[in-house]
Amino acid sequence: MILFEALYVAPPALTAQAPILVIAGPLIGACAAALSPGGRTAWMVSMLTAAFALWMAVAVAGEVAREDVIDYALGGFAPPMGIALRIDALGATMALLVASIGVMGALYSGHALESEVKAEKHTLFQSGYLLCLAGFLGLVFTGDAFNAFVFLEVSSIGTYALVAVGEARDRRALPAAFNYLIFGTVGATLYVLGVGFLYAATGTLNMVDMAMRLATLGDNSAVQAGLAFVVAGLGVKAAMFPLHGWLPGAYAGAPSLVSVFLAATATKAAIYLIIRFVFDVFPEGEFGEIFLSWILAPLAAAAVIICSVQAVFEKEVRRILAFSSVAQVGFILLGVSLATPAGLSAGVFYLVAHALMKGALFMAVGAFAISVRARTVEDFSGIAREAPWSAAAFGVGAASLGGVPLTMGFLAKWSLVSAALETGEIWIVAVLAIGSLLTLIYVGRMLEAMFFRAPGRGAERAREAPVGVLAPLFVLAGLSLWFGVDATLPVSMVNASVSALVGAAP
Amino acid sequence: MNVAVTHFNYLAVVVLMMIGLYVLFSTGNLIKRMIGLALFQTSTALFYISLGKVSGGTAAIKIYPDSPEARALAAPLDPTYVQQFGVGGVVYSNPLPHVLILTAIVVGVATLSVGLSIAVRIREAYGTVEAGEIEAVARLDTADAGRDP
Amino acid sequence: MSEIALQVNFGLNIALLLMLVAIGLAIARTRSLLAAILLMGMYSLASAVWLIVMDAADVAFTEAVVGAGISTVVLLGAILLVRAGPVRHNWRMTIAPAVLVLGVGGLLVYAVTGLPEFGDPASPTNAHVGRSYLIQTSDEIGVPNVVTAVLASYRGFDTLGETVVVFAAGIGVALMLGFGPRSNLPRAPAATGDHHVVLRVTAKLLIPLIALFAFYVQFHGDLGAGGGFQAGVILAVAPILHALVFGLRGTIAALPVRAVRSVATMGVLLYSGVGVVCMINGGGFLDYDYLFPPSVEAMIPPGLMGEPYHAHHWGQHFGIFFIELGVLLTVAATMVTIFYGFAGRAAEEPGAST
Repeated sequence: MILFEALYVAPPALTAQAPILVIAGPLIGACAAALSPGGRTAWMVSMLTAAFALWMAVAVAGEVAREDVIDYALGGFAPPMGIALRIDALGATMALLVASIGVMGALYSGHALESEVKAEKHTLFQSGYLLCLAGFLGLVFTGDAFNAFVFLEVSSIGTYALVAVGEARDRRALPAAFNYLIFGTVGATLYVLGVGFLYAATGTLNMVDMAMRLATLGDNSAVQAGLAFVVAGLGVKAAMFPLHGWLPGAYAGAPSLVSVFLAATATKAAIYLIIRFVFDVFPEGEFGEIFLSWILAPLAAAAVIICSVQAVFEKEVRRILAFSSVAQVGFILLGVSLATPAGLSAGVFYLVAHALMKGALFMAVGAFAISVRARTVEDFSGIAREAPWSAAAFGVGAASLGGVPLTMGFLAKWSLVSAALETGEIWIVAVLAIGSLLTLIYVGRMLEAMFFRAPGRGAERAREAPVGVLAPLFVLAGLSLWFGVDATLPVSMVNASVSALVGAAP
Repeated sequence: MNVAVTHFNYLAVVVLMMIGLYVLFSTGNLIKRMIGLALFQTSTALFYISLGKVSGGTAAIKIYPDSPEARALAAPLDPTYVQQFGVGGVVYSNPLPHVLILTAIVVGVATLSVGLSIAVRIREAYGTVEAGEIEAVARLDTADAGRDP
Repeated sequence: MSEIALQVNFGLNIALLLMLVAIGLAIARTRSLLAAILLMGMYSLASAVWLIVMDAADVAFTEAVVGAGISTVVLLGAILLVRAGPVRHNWRMTIAPAVLVLGVGGLLVYAVTGLPEFGDPASPTNAHVGRSYLIQTSDEIGVPNVVTAVLASYRGFDTLGETVVVFAAGIGVALMLGFGPRSNLPRAPAATGDHHVVLRVTAKLLIPLIALFAFYVQFHGDLGAGGGFQAGVILAVAPILHALVFGLRGTIAALPVRAVRSVATMGVLLYSGVGVVCMINGGGFLDYDYLFPPSVEAMIPPGLMGEPYHAHHWGQHFGIFFIELGVLLTVAATMVTIFYGFAGRAAEEPGAST
């Protein structure tokens, strides 16, 4: 965060209100988008709003760099009476990530929506997109356990319908969206139930207050079950194995804008909240350790192996990427489960890396989809000749996913392995190695088809995507490359996040 | 006292929750699933409300201290109990769970309507709302994916 | 402590909970969707009664209008459109859920034993923040209904989120059902013949009364049970009843689809606008004490608000007034949007019908 310390991007009066403006901006923008006379205006609103949210997120990051933690009491009531936003380095990092992806997605939506969503739906679609953005930003900023549920729902309710809109391209989006809704709601309800148990034991909903009271409580079955339900509920949202059943269909079926945005942010925000609860709210002691090393680590390892294998055997490109997402969530959680500063920072770094590369990959697939209706790996044969720039960006994202040196994905895997070695957990190293190998296989399959085969029936009609699509695609792919060479910025942010969480930098 | 008595409300909530989850996962009919989901969500509401009940309490609408209503409400209760747990001579139930559950109920109806609207579209696209039949068609779609770009 | 009163209360509590369990089991057993929906309505009404016993008057009100009211309407609309037959039953599909449910149930029972006793006034829940609200509301907010004070002011940000969730649901339903050839095609007017004359006359009498009642619930929310959510749903019932009796065509002519959607948006804008105004006046977001600059606050004549506890909280009073109005607009308009979505949908492709 040191780089942000000298950063004053907004006047002081605005900076003081920046934490809430990050959330309220997209909310108001969503209203403006819904009121817009046409899709074009709604798109402009979407762009302006997302850019505003990013601006405010940068302002917040600057404040966090200077003051470590920002508390913002809503309604002027100090917590625990009122709801407070509480932002530390991890929250600021997440908000920067979500808002940047939000801007890229908004930019991308200008052309991407035209080919996938009927024109008359554009205003409501943009409105739903901004609500989703506001929901995730609220989720990472709030310091109140119940308020987090409200934002979980703000980000979800509209998203279910946004995923279902993908039916125009593939009717399987409908049952996938329904599944997503059922799983998502069960997850959110389990989360509320868990928060209810914690509330029963502590009498408060504010996370800081809750943590203080839990620390003095000792063993209590309600507290243990409460924490278990909270993590299980968030686990559904984070697509933690084996609660990931909703993800492949939803990511594969949704319009590409929604796939891009969800793949890069949705599971990440839920993982963020899991980290928050495990390291900030859970009382120190055996329970948390048992959870991390006996439940989280094995499940994450299973996700890495099983879902990578599924990705290897999958035929459709979007579904490969979706299964890969579940496996990558496993990688992230493996890092978190080590619970050492090095492990945590590897996990968070991996999270950022994965958001950038998966965003780029889904965006590239959407870029191809503008001109051709390609689904399977075979359909993508030789597409690099017809649409070289999109294919190049896809290649960069895929390389990062596969962990090729000089990409961010390589650094992420490297730090994960070294963190695992440091703790002496050799089996985790083995899982990482197998998982990376499997990743290389499915990534290689896609790249081989795209770059080294003669154009198939689908690819012949492929054309290069317009600049409006290529620009955000290049930014995301470029970041994966740049941070692979010079990772000063993400590393400093991740290190600050980890020291905010556990009090020690790696 | 026996846990079955002192925790009766919570145990009843557990049973309702189990019924809701069972309805949700044991049927392939999408509408029935939504009903199960609604049952499951409502049972968390009952849980929160049970937490906020105070014995001898009344709804959290403030009454003037020492008004006839306040005295009438306090009359059947032990004065030391009112003294200790009352506010202005009246014992109220806890308002916070009520506020939270108002939110949860509204979220519930929002989920229900979005879920049902997706179910209606599924009926239009697949001609059925039985999960088994939808999956069978979707599997054909998946198999077709390679052949029909 | 008077044992008899408490025992009657506790007995009612147990009886109603057993009733809920019985209705739940009936829902699980029945194969008819219509029966399940009607049972769901009964379940909501029974739980509303139970909520009254639990002193949760506001929640009971909401459960009655939302659970038994609008949810039932939406469910009925949905089964009309999907034309589902009886629910098919397959015993093989019941084993895995049963195992899952027993597992979750076991964990829950284990968890429940760690909770404080039911009704304990000294439990952490009832002793910590919950009690502080009861004590501090009179000084800080000044409305008698503590639930309204917490909902609209202390936790006003949650309520904003909740309003946005409703708005998002409206967007979701509109995206799903509001477009395409099947949408907004009202079926033939429901009542044309003379034999519906009783229905029509009654409806004409009822519709203004329903709207009036909605406004009563809205503006009485500070003092008693009620508020924007309940009032919004009740207000939405007026056009819904109109559509059911006089046909959707007439209702859409009076309240066009786009206009209704815009009103839903206005509600969220009004709510967040209040927050922004507070911010511009130097407070935090939704800090109603800064709703009016001091110069304006000085001009408000004392005693304007009737008889509140503490008359100096103009900002809080007007803040709550405006945000509840925002909630009313969004909820009412969204409920009508959702109704339009389901009621305006043609069950068959137009032209494909007989």
